Amino acid sequence: MNALQRMAGALALAALAGGVYAQSAVDEIAKYRQQLQDGNPAELWEARGEDLWKQKRGPKNASLEACDLGKGPGVVKGAYALMPRYFADADRVMDLETRLVHCMVTLQGFSQADAVKQPFGSGSRRSNFEALAAWVTSESKGSPMNVSLSHPKMKESYQIGEKMFFFRGGPHDFACATCHSESGKRIRLQDLPNLTEKADAQRGYTTWPAYRVSQGELRSFQWRLYDCFRQQRFPELKFTSEGSIALTTFLARNAAGGTFNAPAIKR
Amino acid sequence: MSDEEASARALTVMKASFNERGQAKLDRLDQDETQRLCSIPPSVKLPKEVTDRIEKLNLELVKYPTDGRMLGDWREGEKIAQRGVGMQFSDNPKNPAGGNCYACHQMTKEEISFGTIGPSLYNFGKLRGNSEAIQRYTWGKVWNAQAYSACSNMPRFGHKGILTEKQIKDVVALLLDPSSPVNK
Ligand code: HEC
Ligand code: HEC
Repeated sequence: MNALQRMAGALALAALAGGVYAQSAVDEIAKYRQQLQDGNPAELWEARGEDLWKQKRGPKNASLEACDLGKGPGVVKGAYALMPRYFADADRVMDLETRLVHCMVTLQGFSQADAVKQPFGSGSRRSNFEALAAWVTSESKGSPMNVSLSHPKMKESYQIGEKMFFFRGGPHDFACATCHSESGKRIRLQDLPNLTEKADAQRGYTTWPAYRVSQGELRSFQWRLYDCFRQQRFPELKFTSEGSIALTTFLARNAAGGTFNAPAIKR
Repeated sequence: MSDEEASARALTVMKASFNERGQAKLDRLDQDETQRLCSIPPSVKLPKEVTDRIEKLNLELVKYPTDGRMLGDWREGEKIAQRGVGMQFSDNPKNPAGGNCYACHQMTKEEISFGTIGPSLYNFGKLRGNSEAIQRYTWGKVWNAQAYSACSNMPRFGHKGILTEKQIKDVVALLLDPSSPVNK
C-alpha cells in the first residue's frame, strides 16, 4: 500500500469512526501528512509545470522562458515570494497567475480568452496554471516572504484587499473575517487560521499551492480564494480578477517574514 | 486613500471581480445596513448607540410563527443542524438548505465533530428551561441572530430565508425539547 492509499484509508476510518475516535484519527492524519512530505504528489505537477514553461507553445511558438516574473526575464528562483507586485510594463499589480496570463498573451500570442480557459483542473481536464504555479512556487521554497508595498498601486491593492477581507454580504452575512479573524477556532474539526495574526497568516499563506489529498488535485492560491468565496455564499470569483489579486496582496503581505514552503500537502 | 475611499473602491472592484453563477447572483454584494456597519475587524468596537440601533432594527425584522407554536420535531431539527449545504453556487436551489449549526456549535454529547465559532449549546434547554420567554428568545435568535447581538457571526436564518418557518420550529425543538439529545 502506498502512502496515499494509507492516507485515504485513514480518512475513511475517521469518517466511519465518527464519535470519540475522530480526534485521534485527526492526529493520525497529521502523522500521515508528515510522512507524505517525503513524497508529495505535487512533484508531478511541478515537473509538468517546468515542461510547460520551457515548451514552445501558442501562435508565436514561443516558450515562457523570457517571462519576467519581477526579477528579470526568465528568473524564477525566489520570484514568487515577492508577488503580487507592481509591473511597470503593464502598469498594474499582478499575482503569479495574472502574470502568467500576461506572458502567454505577449510572448506566446494566445488570446486572453484562450489563455484563461482552464484555471483549475478536474479529473482528466488538467490545468496548465496549476502545473505552472506548482513549478514556479517550488522555486521559492525556503525564501522569506517579502511583498513590498512601496509602490502606491501596491498600497492601494492592499487596502482594497483588506476591505474585501472584512466585507460581509450574501445570505449568510459571511466575510473572510467570519472564519479567519479569531485564533483557535474551528469549523467542525477543521482548524481555522486567524489570517489577521502573524504566525497563522504566515503558515496559511506559505503552504499554498497545495496537493489536496481529498481531491487528488494540486490547488493554487487562486483556487483557495475561489473555494472560500463559494463557502462564503458569494458569486463566483473571476480568475485573475482585480479583487482576487487585491485579496492575495493583503494575505501575502500579512505573511511577510514567513518562510515560503509550498507546494505543500493538505487534507 | 482614506478609509471611505477604500470602501468605495473595494466595492467597485468586487462588482467587477465576480460572475453570477446559479443561485449566487451579483446582488449578493449589495449590503444591507447591518452588513455594511458590521464589515469591520473584531478588534473595532462600534459605539453603543450604533450596536443598539442594529439590534433594534433586526429585532423588528423577526417574524414569529403564524400559529404561535414555536416547537417542532427535534429529530428533524438534528438533521437540519447537521446539514451543511445550501445557498452556495454549487448547491441545487431545489433542495432545502441546512442550518449547519454543528459547524459552529457543540450541541449534543454524541456529536463530537463540532466547531467553536459559537458557544456550546449543549444542555441549552436544560439550563434555561422551556418558558414562553425562552421560546421567544430562541426563536428570535435563530430567525435573526443580530436582534440580540449586533454584528454576530451567526447567520440570520429566518430573515435571510435560509431556513423555513417549519425548519426553525424543528431546530428550536432541538434546543428546547426536554427529550432532545441536546438536553440529555
Ligand atoms: C464559512 C467559512 C469560511 C469562510 C467565509 C472563508 N473561509 Fe477560508 N477556510 C475555511 C476552512 C474551513 C478552511 C480550511 C480548509 C481545509 O483545510 O479544507 C479555510 C482555509 C483557508 C486558507 C488556507 C489556510 C491553510 O492553512 O491552508 C486561506 C488562505 C483562506 N481560507 C482564506 C480565506 C479568505 C481570503 C476568505 C474570504 C474570501 C475565506 N477564507 C473565507 C473556511 C472559510
Ligand atoms: C457561522 C457560525 C454560526 C452558525 C452556523 C450558527 N451559529 Fe449560533 N451562534 C454563533 C455565534 C458566534 C454566537 C454567539 C454570538 C451571538 O450570541 O450571536 C451564536 C449564538 C447562538 C445562540 C445563543 C446562545 C445563548 O447563549 O443565548 C443560539 C441559541 C444559537 N447560536 C443557535 C444556533 C442554531 C440553532 C444554529 C443553526 C440553525 C446556529 N446557531 C448556527 C455562530 C453560529
